[in-house]
Amino acid sequence: MALRTLITRKTLKTTTPLGFRGLQTFSLPDLPYDYGDLEPAISGEIMQLHHQKHHQTYITNYNKALEQLDSAITKGDASTVVKLQGAIKFNGGGHVNHSIFWKNLAPVREGGGEPPKASLSSAIDSHFGSLEALVQKMNAEGAALQGSGWVWLAVDKEFKRLVVETTANQDPLVTKGPSLVPLLGIDVWEHAYYLQFFGFLAPGIASFNIPDVFAPQLQYKNVRPDYLKNIWKVINWKYAGEIYDKECP
Amino acid sequence: MAASAAAAIGSPLKCGLISSQGFSGSTRSFQWRKNEKRNVRKGCRGVITAKIDLRPPPYSLDALEPHMSRETFEYHWGKHHRAYVDNLNKQIVGTELDTKTLEDIILLTYNKGDLLPPFNNAAQVWNHDFFWESMKPGGGGKPSGELLELINRDFGSFEGFVNEFKAAAATQFGSGWAWLVYKANRLDVGNAVNPRPSDEDKKLVVVKSPNAVNPLVWDYSPLLTIDVWEHAYYLDFQNRRPDYISTFMEKLVSWDAVNFRLEAAKARAAEREEEEERKKTEYEDNQADLDAREMYLESSDADDSEAD
Repeated sequence: MALRTLITRKTLKTTTPLGFRGLQTFSLPDLPYDYGDLEPAISGEIMQLHHQKHHQTYITNYNKALEQLDSAITKGDASTVVKLQGAIKFNGGGHVNHSIFWKNLAPVREGGGEPPKASLSSAIDSHFGSLEALVQKMNAEGAALQGSGWVWLAVDKEFKRLVVETTANQDPLVTKGPSLVPLLGIDVWEHAYYLQFFGFLAPGIASFNIPDVFAPQLQYKNVRPDYLKNIWKVINWKYAGEIYDKECP
Repeated sequence: MAASAAAAIGSPLKCGLISSQGFSGSTRSFQWRKNEKRNVRKGCRGVITAKIDLRPPPYSLDALEPHMSRETFEYHWGKHHRAYVDNLNKQIVGTELDTKTLEDIILLTYNKGDLLPPFNNAAQVWNHDFFWESMKPGGGGKPSGELLELINRDFGSFEGFVNEFKAAAATQFGSGWAWLVYKANRLDVGNAVNPRPSDEDKKLVVVKSPNAVNPLVWDYSPLLTIDVWEHAYYLDFQNRRPDYISTFMEKLVSWDAVNFRLEAAKARAAEREEEEERKKTEYEDNQADLDAREMYLESSDADDSEAD
């Protein structure tokens, strides 16, 4: 699979009114950078697939579920309304989470990877001891998450406290606490890192010929931990700081 | 590993396990592979440990090309499945789980839903073994014979079954598995025992499960599975899970394996019914004895009262 970096930008359009009742549906938000701008931490190929396919699919299915929900509410069809909750939580959550995720990342030349400053920085030090300790904690929790999900740095706006949380599948952070506001979210679904950390773009890891059942002991690479270690190089702490300052002025 | 590998190419089918959680409480597993030894006891400086093995698929890693690539197998079997095996062995060594069969470890660590740490690794080892054996080179097509009759009976038609299975696989949000299972006298709710079993309760159903969970923990007999964790299809299909599911159904499913497992499941269910019938008769006999004794005691009371 060759590495392709597409330079495309979509016009910024987040909501579209639809129908007589003005049911608001959604469209794919623009990335504030090009697909290849986060390399080598995250490959352009992954960014493109992640944005154009995965996020787009969540939006498409969320819109579909919303239309079905609207119709069921109008008809007073209670069991359909309840039945749709799973699809809404999953696809709506996917849209919410990924919209945050794109803003959590930035090219190095635009400050990606630069450590936090001012109030967020001192809050991190007092809650976790140091930035390194926070990073280690988030990496550990992200790696230990079973199946698919997200690891978050959040501020509890009620108690003015920083917390690290994980959510399963596409559950948004609020499902862990209504007063939690996400500062940083890291996607630990396999689609977030699979193509990169399984040899497609890492030189020296060629396809090997395993003779049938007598497979030699493969060098197992801890792929998710590697991805987590590398993503900090493009984390946009500036954005996290802005959100924090708004919640804890 | 070589011995089991050689046997693997011959008759590679492994059946799901029903644990008898009724009166006897024992767990039985049917091991149909020749030279099958799930646990290999190794003596090493006086330490006995039963190591779980990484079983190879019953075909070469490129045998399912172009529908499932060799590369996928190299990572899916060679890294993911291997890691589950290695990590499980590290978790169980020196503990009481060390001497148990894989199925026992799964049921014990499922812990009625309050998962203990080894569960994810143990269940994933089992799930992947079952998954490799659910496929074969030149697979796909339609089942026949009794299996097809049951599918028609329980799903309306073969197409009806395929649609339901595909829908389950596509709507398992996040990581997990979709299954065809034989549900013998179990209710539609997991973990619930049917108090009044009838032949109508014995049927084929499609279920889906998240992450590492599998239908063994609900006391169903799995017949077929598809892995819908992203790592199962990402190299070949990227985000196109529905295409992967269709390819699986059309080109990879081993109906031979499903047949084999169905026979075993029915045999096990019949055995268990006999066992429970036997226990019921025993219990009723005991009750009859007790009743007889009470009658005897009552009649002697009557004599006393007359004496007054």
